[in-house]
Parts: sequence; C-alpha cells; structure tokens
Amino acid sequence: MELTPQTYSQLVKEASPPSPHAKNISMAFFIGGGICVLGQAFIYLYMGLGVPKETASGMASITLVLLAVILTGLNTYDRIAKVAGAGTLVPITGFANSMSAAALDFKSEGFILGLGAKMFIIAGPVIVYGISASILYGFVYWLLGQL
Amino acid sequence: MLEFFPAFLKAFLVGGLLCAIGQLLIDFTKFTPARILTGYVVTGVFLGGIGLYPKLVEFAGAGASVPLLGFGNLLAKGVRDAIDQQGFLGIFTGGFTAAAGGIAAALFFSLLAALLFKPKEKN
Repeated sequence: MELTPQTYSQLVKEASPPSPHAKNISMAFFIGGGICVLGQAFIYLYMGLGVPKETASGMASITLVLLAVILTGLNTYDRIAKVAGAGTLVPITGFANSMSAAALDFKSEGFILGLGAKMFIIAGPVIVYGISASILYGFVYWLLGQL
Repeated sequence: MLEFFPAFLKAFLVGGLLCAIGQLLIDFTKFTPARILTGYVVTGVFLGGIGLYPKLVEFAGAGASVPLLGFGNLLAKGVRDAIDQQGFLGIFTGGFTAAAGGIAAALFFSLLAALLFKPKEKN
C-alpha cells in the first residue's frame, strides 16, 4: 500500500490513544473562569477601598500576577496547569508563570544570560508582537485623525 | 454579596469561554503555548482597535480583562489615549505605558521568586 501523507496521518490517528478533548476543554473552562472570578473579586475589593474602576482593574491584574509568581515558586502553578491546560495559560497569570518559571529554571545558568535573558523566552515574543501590533494600530488611528 | 453574583457569573462564563477556545487551539492545531499567548495579545490589540473588546470588558469585567486578549486591548487603549494627548509620538509611547504595570510587576516578582525559591527538581 502506498503511504501518502493523508493515509499516514489517518494511521497515526487510529493508532493514537483517544485524547480526552472534552475533559481538557471543560477543565480549561472551569479553571480559567475561576481565575477570572478571582480577578473580579479583587476588582470589587479595591473598588470597595475607594479605588476608581479602571485602576482597580489594573491592580487586580497585578495581584493575580503576584499570586501566580508565588504559586510558581512553590511549584503549585505547574501542577494546576497540568490539569487546567489553557485555563492557566490564557489568563495574565499564564504570562506571569512563563516569566517566573523560566527565571527559576535558568537561574543555574547565571543571573545575566540565564535568569535575566531566559525570563523573556515566552514573554519576549508576546511583547515584541503585542507592542508592534499596537504601533501599527496607532499609526492607522493617527492617520484617521488627520483626515 | 448577592448583588455581585451576576458580575461574577459573567466573568466566569466569558473568561472560561476564552480559555476553552485556547484549549481548542492547543488540542486541535498543535499551537505551542508561546504562539497562543502571542496570538491572544495580537488579536486583543485588533479587537480593541476596532472597538469590539472594550464592549466585552464592559460586559464581563475581569472575564475579559484577565485573559491575554485583555492585555492586547489595554495596549490598543494605551496607544489611542497617548495619541489623543501627544499626537504622533503617542503611537510609540502608548503601548508600553499601558502595559508597564503588568510587565514590570511580572518581571520584578519573577526576579524575587528566582532569588527566594529553589528551582524544582528535574526528574
């Protein structure tokens, strides 16, 4: 029998164990949703202390970042992430985890090119493309304002 | 406490849904986590730019602002505000200004954590 890429991927599919997509997706939903509820609770907490809404939202995000970094240091975040998948990746806590986990893992390679550089191994591309996209958008917004 | 329930429910549903979409991408497209995070932020800039995402934040609060799409939306808002105040220069200053809190916090806390905690054992 001739092995075309199509038949090969079909064979791989048949040979692979059934992956628990439904479970993965519902865990991501519940844990990711839970992290957002926690964020909302911090927003209300800070608003209750008299902080304006938008500032409260920023402070809530930074609080989640702090919690994620502490849980990463305790090796708890990775354990939750194994179950939660994108539920712990997509929230801002996942961004914080990517930096703190890399900082911890690469400390042994030195403070400059280990910890300092490798901290950005995932956060770097996020910042490069995020800021670049914002500059492109800004240019269009500025142009439209000149009309 | 009961008065907050609808807001918590909306945050849970929208935030959960945005994470479930991420999981769909991981399970069915083999995107790496780095690609998902980058894609979410860039998409957030776009959705923020066309004015759609601010409406979702209005509706779902932290359910929209905590996922990284919200980070992208924040970049777009920062650029818009900076251009309104400073003109052309704002194109370049707005993004980092808006993102400063999150990035600086993640960076500094990560440094502290690396100093305070022991790296996990490799097995």
